[in-house]
Amino acid sequence: MGNGIDQIFVDGKIWLVSQTPLVAQPIVSAVISIAALIGAFATLFALTTILERKGLGRIQNRYGPNRVGPFGILQPLADGLKAMTKEDVVPRAADHVVHFLAPLILVVPVFLALSVIPIGRNMTALDLDAGILFFFAVGAATELSVFMAGWSSRNKYSLLGAMRAIAQMISYEVPLILSSIPVILIVGSLSATAIVDAQGGYTGILPHWFLLTPWGLAGFILFMIAATAESNRSPFDLPEGESEIIAGYYIEYSGFKFALFFLGEYIGMFAVSGLAITLFLGGWHAPFPFLEFIPSYIWFFAKLLGIIALLIWVRGTVPRLRMDQLMNFAWKFMLPMTLINLLVAVLWQMMGPGWGRWLMGLALVIGPYIILGKALVGHRNWGKRTYRFAD
Amino acid sequence: MSPLSAYLLLSSFLFAIGLAGALTRRNAILVLIGIELMLNAANLNFIAFWRFGSHTGNQVTGIIFVIFSIAVAAAEAAVGLALIIAIYRHYKSTDVEDIKTLKG
Amino acid sequence: MTATFIILAIITIAGSVAAMTLRNLVHCALALTITFAGLAALYLHLDAQFAGFAQLLVYIGAVAILIVFVVLLTRGSDTPQGAVFSSGWVAGVAVAALVFGVLAYMIRGSHAIGQAAPAAPDVSVRQIGDQLMIKYVLPLEVVGLLLTAALIGAVIIAMREPEQT
Repeated sequence: MGNGIDQIFVDGKIWLVSQTPLVAQPIVSAVISIAALIGAFATLFALTTILERKGLGRIQNRYGPNRVGPFGILQPLADGLKAMTKEDVVPRAADHVVHFLAPLILVVPVFLALSVIPIGRNMTALDLDAGILFFFAVGAATELSVFMAGWSSRNKYSLLGAMRAIAQMISYEVPLILSSIPVILIVGSLSATAIVDAQGGYTGILPHWFLLTPWGLAGFILFMIAATAESNRSPFDLPEGESEIIAGYYIEYSGFKFALFFLGEYIGMFAVSGLAITLFLGGWHAPFPFLEFIPSYIWFFAKLLGIIALLIWVRGTVPRLRMDQLMNFAWKFMLPMTLINLLVAVLWQMMGPGWGRWLMGLALVIGPYIILGKALVGHRNWGKRTYRFAD
Repeated sequence: MSPLSAYLLLSSFLFAIGLAGALTRRNAILVLIGIELMLNAANLNFIAFWRFGSHTGNQVTGIIFVIFSIAVAAAEAAVGLALIIAIYRHYKSTDVEDIKTLKG
Repeated sequence: MTATFIILAIITIAGSVAAMTLRNLVHCALALTITFAGLAALYLHLDAQFAGFAQLLVYIGAVAILIVFVVLLTRGSDTPQGAVFSSGWVAGVAVAALVFGVLAYMIRGSHAIGQAAPAAPDVSVRQIGDQLMIKYVLPLEVVGLLLTAALIGAVIIAMREPEQT
């Protein structure tokens, strides 16, 4: 029974493909995978918009949307209707071709990036030999769409927002890739399914996830920070800050194109969270051996919802970083930390199992963190806090 | 026409387009774009020969060459563009016909 | 000469011709990006997966963005009003046509090319990694040194000089 439910989608797809004539089978197989992927993640996108608005509302001590449907559950329908029927205003001086193509060039690479992530047992849409490299390559292609959006609007503020966004994205791409290198090194393969398979065993009750090692924990935290910066989410959302630069590079977009940008940003968030789950959190594996009867895709989506909740929580609580603080953080803190993390992973692999490598790992991760943190902000002397009016 | 000669003709055509652009455009950035096109055409040539040629020795030589070529081209583009920025700061123009103070 | 090859070749050639003839610099840079994407697709069509992904990551993800940044930093984003082709453009086009003619003649006349296509070499990423570390480790280190020198050099060249009072 466990195996049946676990493989229900795979068996369904194999049955459907076998019903079609032999010539068309590769295309039908690809179309079914694509349709399932888009369907599942577009539904998750709708769910995330309402979760985010309710979650942020509660953090800010107010209700979120609660008019449409019970507890505001049907709000995404209202949002979708608004996006589809709103008038599409394009500035007269804008570059029409580039203005039109920018949302498409955002959405297509992020869906491509989503296709290499293993969602369940045998459920990877595109099982490539160099899957992780493919993910980072198409992730890099999304930055060009940001520039196209900002430049084609012929608007000083949107161009400024686009330049800031691109500078931020290329700065944080380096820690993103470097923090995933230890995992690739330890597993010895660039294939996402091989990385998930390497995290499959259990010692006693604890899983073999890479999160439960010193370099894995540091790598996961660094990866999530870099991923938050890559998706332009708070606290790194200065390029699109609503209170600062009037929504930055997508000021001049309205209606459906704005909804496409929104969709692209959220699906990018899902893709990079999915990669974090694959690399550090054991993919679709269960955390404890006695919970293995729950199907693999349920575990994947549960972990994905957990990371989304974490991102929403961080958005609601941490204040926005300024541009120079952002760049300093990337180059002076995260880059050295990722390189030291790589060193720790190598030493971990070379020392045998035992408490020696745990001690070495924890020391070499926490020590530089304190040193680099002090170097980054230590030169400011915060005196005792004084209040101007309330004494 | 065999597939190999089709790819080689395509890469020579790209090379010729890059060469024409590098020789005729006035803006220095476009000259650099022409150079990048020429390097890419050479890479395509390598991959075509790797795929369709006979391999007596190492099987991965073509791909390794292309990887190094991509890395070197990226470094050269970075340095070239930095030079263009420095020249712009002095001459306030990126036109290659304006940079002629050494001419008699 | 399959349909896929013809479509990809047309996209690549159209992108490169547009990159070299358009007036607006940003349009040229975006057309160059289309050319790079077409070339990456051609590499994937030739079963060179690693080269295709490296092309996407390095050229589209870094070089194209660098070109766009420099276009904006040198105030080239407005459409230039004067001449965009230099005065001796006829000679340039003639030289390029001559080069293409010579190359095409060599390709047509060569008899090493007309043979049947052998099977695709089956190269996994692991093999590339092994060869990079065993046989080509010296070029790898030299390229690392070259990239470091280029990085430092580019930063120093483009740095704004401190004002001498």
